[in-house]
Amino acid sequence: MIGYTTKLKDHFINPRNVGVLNDATVVGEVGSLSSGQAMKLFLKLDESENIVAATFQVFGSPSSIAAASVLTELLRGKHIDEAARITSADISNRLGGLPAEKMHTCVLAMDALEVAYARARGIDLDNELDEDEEFHVCRCYSVPEHKIERAIRDHGLTDIQGITHYTQAGGGCTSCHADLKAILGRVHAEKPAAAKPAPATAEGKPAFSNLALAQKIQEVLDREIRPGLAMDGGDMELVDIRDNKVYVTLHGHCNSCASSSATMKFFVQDRLREMVDPTLEVIDTTEHSAELHAPPMR
Amino acid sequence: MSNQPIYFDNNSTTFPAPETVEAILPMIGDGWGNPSSTHSFGQKARHEIEKAREGVARMLNCTPAELVFNSGATEGNNTAIYSAVESLPERKHIITTRTEHASVLEVARYLRDSGYRVTELSVDRLGHIDLDELRNEISGDTALVSLMWANNETGVISPISAAGDIAKQFGALLHVDAVQAAGKLGIDLTEHAAIDYLTISAHKFHGLKGTGALFVRKDAGYTPLLRGGHHERGRRAGTEAVLGIVAMGAAARMVSARLNDYAAHMQTMRDRLQHSLLNTLDDLVINGDQHERLPNTLNVGFRYIDGEALLMMMDAENICVSAGSACMSGSLEPSHVLLAMNVPLSAIHGSVRFCTSRYTSADEVDELVQKTAKIVKRLREISPFGHDHKPAGLTHEALQRHREYFAQVK
Repeated sequence: MIGYTTKLKDHFINPRNVGVLNDATVVGEVGSLSSGQAMKLFLKLDESENIVAATFQVFGSPSSIAAASVLTELLRGKHIDEAARITSADISNRLGGLPAEKMHTCVLAMDALEVAYARARGIDLDNELDEDEEFHVCRCYSVPEHKIERAIRDHGLTDIQGITHYTQAGGGCTSCHADLKAILGRVHAEKPAAAKPAPATAEGKPAFSNLALAQKIQEVLDREIRPGLAMDGGDMELVDIRDNKVYVTLHGHCNSCASSSATMKFFVQDRLREMVDPTLEVIDTTEHSAELHAPPMR
Repeated sequence: MSNQPIYFDNNSTTFPAPETVEAILPMIGDGWGNPSSTHSFGQKARHEIEKAREGVARMLNCTPAELVFNSGATEGNNTAIYSAVESLPERKHIITTRTEHASVLEVARYLRDSGYRVTELSVDRLGHIDLDELRNEISGDTALVSLMWANNETGVISPISAAGDIAKQFGALLHVDAVQAAGKLGIDLTEHAAIDYLTISAHKFHGLKGTGALFVRKDAGYTPLLRGGHHERGRRAGTEAVLGIVAMGAAARMVSARLNDYAAHMQTMRDRLQHSLLNTLDDLVINGDQHERLPNTLNVGFRYIDGEALLMMMDAENICVSAGSACMSGSLEPSHVLLAMNVPLSAIHGSVRFCTSRYTSADEVDELVQKTAKIVKRLREISPFGHDHKPAGLTHEALQRHREYFAQVK
């Protein structure tokens, strides 16, 4: 199937920690049938509030199942406060990057975690969670205003497409697009986007921690590389980062075209050196298939 | 044959029949001349094209001169709509339906931006247009009524004759997108005198991709999309795609010779599939009218699971099906056809289309059902909905509709 990484496919076909946890300490539930995705996160905490078991149930796309599966892996063994600091970028990175239009599936997993955390901390969410009573800006996907505002702030969204990717709002009948535009304007007016201070690079050593480096590299791949590849039906997956070596795999049409992969490697390396760190080296781990794709026949 | 997929995506494209492949082999070997050349080597190719045109004309029961070979349905639909509005320049209104293919809807919307009034007729829960709505909307200002013979996602068949009568009363032209009908339903253009333009595409009935034909009735206006040559009697410039055209002719001959047998086979296989899915799994919804429907199409909503998840797990089992229309995959957008039919979103998300062909075997159907059931059950185990508490998230109204569907099936 198009656009998914090997890691994502693995977590989708063989999801970890599926099912109801009968002795769960807290449960986080979000989503609905009509919005097309829903998740239940079950957490079992020991007496010092460490997560000893995490399981899930998901109704939704392959990426939402994979995101939930990865989240349960990330959660296990962590203290509940530490768990609350997990971000959707952590999930996305662990899946080897998600297509932009599927980012809302990470947000779903984060929402479930947030509800579970609030329950563990004894915060009464019943009033806050009564979304049925609330005005939905997007009626197709039942998305309330505060969720859209938060997504704009948290992820620095600048257009309607971004809102749709992160919250699904506006992805149905499109009649709410004018409202979404108004919300964008309002949120941007109240809080001008703060420029992220870029850490200085000292003597060729990466100025980023490993996670931050991975995030930065993923960002550059997502923004600069993958859209171009996607136009030709291809994709690139970030497999690993060790020292200054960036391991990538090519997918789709790129995968069957061994001649272009060398060119691609240097192009990606140049971009990463320019935008992230000048010492990075790109290593292509793709197993290039020699045979052409057979047409669908019986 | 183990590498061949279990293929139930025949409204997307079909297997190129041996008859089709056989017909083009000599064209590759020693029939590769340019049909526009005057020498006899080129004229041999010309002869094959005209033979193919006769084959397609026989399939539609029209004259060969009324057919323009082109690159397929998108070109056919575009050309027909532009031709219609240009031949009635004083009229500024177009009527189509909400469930048309994008190659009709997008053109209509483009014309709306250039000053045309466009009416998109609504459909009911079964996918049918309301002829009274058509009567109310049509006027002396209407240049064109464009509707599909059968819907690609649900297989629902439109009331072509009745709509044609209404169009003629107001002097409007009628375009029919018959892409899904060709090869599955009998098309007799002498019985449908109201049709001015009709679109077909070869790869939907065991021809090759990249070739189609537009029927243009003798007296209907025509504006070429491509200019720069006398090909297709000046109606479509560019050297003909000889292989595709010859293949289309062979496919048309094959299909029209035994259409009733093929359609009956498709229907037997489709019904076997539908009945055994309903017997194996709970919480299914059949989308669209089950009576006025193509013999090969089945659109099923599996509740509590997501269509893309289902598709991807089926793909891992080497099964080919579609969720909605192929152009939609990867997108968040729910099917515009099912949305227009007011299918509840909770059922749209898990809707999948299965389409049989003349080649589908009972063994394949049984294997499909067995694997589909396994995957649906697996995804429902993962899903928080639909376990012990059946009405999870379902409104009373939705549940009621769901029961009605079952009553109808039984």
